[in-house]
Amino acid sequence: MAQEPVIKVRDLVVGFGDQTVLDHLSLDVRGGEILGVVGASGAGKSVLLRTIIGLLPKRHGSIEVLGVDLDQANEQQRRALERRWGILFQQGALFSSLTVRENVQFPMRENLDLSPRLMNEMALAKLEMVGLTPDDANKFPAELSGGMTKRVALARALALDPEIVFLDEPTSGLDPISAGDFDELIRTLQQTLGLTVFMVTHDLESLYTACDRIAVLADGKVVADGPLETMLESEHPWVKNYFQGKRGGLLVDRRVSA
Amino acid sequence: MGEVLLTSKLKGERLELAAAGPWTAAHASELEALVDRVAGEAPQAKKVSIDMTGVSEFDTFGAWLLERLTRAWTAAGQKPAIVGLPKHDRGLLEEMHGVNREPPRAPARENRIVGALAAIGRGAAGLGRGFMLFADMLGAVGVATLRVLRHPSEFRLTSTINQFDRVAWQAVPIILLITFLIGAIISQQGIFHFRKFGAELYSVDLVGILVLREIGVLIVAIMVAGRSGSSYTAEIGSMKMREEIDALRTMGFDPVEVLILPRILVLVIALPVLTFLGSMAALYGGGLVAWLYGGISPDIYLSRLTEAISLTHFKVGMLKAPFMGLVIGIVACAEGLKVKGSAESLGLQTTASVVESIFLVIVLDGIFAIFFASIGM
Repeated sequence: MAQEPVIKVRDLVVGFGDQTVLDHLSLDVRGGEILGVVGASGAGKSVLLRTIIGLLPKRHGSIEVLGVDLDQANEQQRRALERRWGILFQQGALFSSLTVRENVQFPMRENLDLSPRLMNEMALAKLEMVGLTPDDANKFPAELSGGMTKRVALARALALDPEIVFLDEPTSGLDPISAGDFDELIRTLQQTLGLTVFMVTHDLESLYTACDRIAVLADGKVVADGPLETMLESEHPWVKNYFQGKRGGLLVDRRVSA
Repeated sequence: MGEVLLTSKLKGERLELAAAGPWTAAHASELEALVDRVAGEAPQAKKVSIDMTGVSEFDTFGAWLLERLTRAWTAAGQKPAIVGLPKHDRGLLEEMHGVNREPPRAPARENRIVGALAAIGRGAAGLGRGFMLFADMLGAVGVATLRVLRHPSEFRLTSTINQFDRVAWQAVPIILLITFLIGAIISQQGIFHFRKFGAELYSVDLVGILVLREIGVLIVAIMVAGRSGSSYTAEIGSMKMREEIDALRTMGFDPVEVLILPRILVLVIALPVLTFLGSMAALYGGGLVAWLYGGISPDIYLSRLTEAISLTHFKVGMLKAPFMGLVIGIVACAEGLKVKGSAESLGLQTTASVVESIFLVIVLDGIFAIFFASIGM
């Protein structure tokens, strides 16, 4: 595992109108780790993710992904960088007029020059890696369940073998068993593919089972950052409430006793 | 980066392959060509091995192509050995080992003639279903109207006024502009051609009768179908997509009463109003051109107009308007409810809504022409 951070956020300020969402935030994501970002609803977790991938403008600060400063990168460098990351949006954001297979093939078709045979094989391979069957490949997104939509979206995010995967609430809207499977899937894929995962989540289970490191967002800053043990020792009221509150406490007890 | 390589060497009865360079997505097409070339070479050798030591980068694309090669050889009765692959890449190869084992079921292919016949049949059935849907929607709106008449407190006044603002009030400027221009053009063409017979003054009759009976209401109906009919379909369609309509239904509301009745009612009221305004703008445009281009002074234009047209012409045009509003509204809402999950289907139904309602408006106009002719209006 490389120790040089693959994502380096420094002094980031993001806001809308006269509201400041992220206030001089700094964060590092190291290569090959799964980072879980938590925080209250509206704390700016998704805003942070969307700013890093360039969907939202920032007011101040710098963001460096895989050694490329996004402000100084030209069009070509940006395109090259976008091929090295994959994003799983909260609602899946599958293209509704394309089949599952075409959705997964879309990034390959646009970015690589592949034979139709290889593209078909790769799309099916990716779908099988995320736990879908070849029969699902010809379905349309409207015919999928919530869990399947997330899996297809993950397969599409992995289509180009990215180095970084951004996940925006990957397990929200899934039942606990599916969510557990999904966490495991992310963990397995991260190990086989050597991914770096940046995961925004609300799900305590995901934090415990999947994440190597946790960053807590509150008041527009990272207030705590480290493995679960650090979280449990933190004195910040929100962090304390979150990890030692009713729901968090139960899970922690279980983990400690296990 | 280095070049992608796959070199083969035949040592006695042993075929040794050496791979080098990046085996990644970016080089997948060159790699595929290399792999497919050597895939046929194995059968002559007794033992085959692939040395992956020289590979600098390895991802799922490379792993799959390696797997494809070993599968081809295994099928040919060989047992290829892979050496020199780092441990974590070995996991990736194992992952690939399990995939694509069963080919996906090929979609059932049907006979071309049968397919064409089926398409015709589906089209005819669709036409019938479309008509039924129209009748169904008309009935549902009728029932909802009766219910609202019996319990007036259930009527959605706020929603109706909001729709009226969007459909009628905000449409006024563009409708005035278009009908003004159309009136002006008819007047100019009339004067230009009637001048040959010295009958410029009859262009006023042309403008008056044409605008009040036909053009005014038709132009306005087509404009409204394009402007409001399409937005009704898109609104109701996207509400259908996001399950908002189902939510309404489960809360005990009738979507026809809550969403569709106010919209259709607004169209039925708005179309005569817009037709009146549009007709006046067209007559004004016609008069302006008659004055500036044909030298017919406004006084003469007006007196000629009062002689040429009667209240009947005006009534014919205005009577048609609410029916056209009803047709546009019903088609737009019925198409909206037909929307399925995808963005493409939303676009398809919106197109269908506009095309169908313009077509029906013109058909309706023809039916009215026969009707008014037979009752002598």
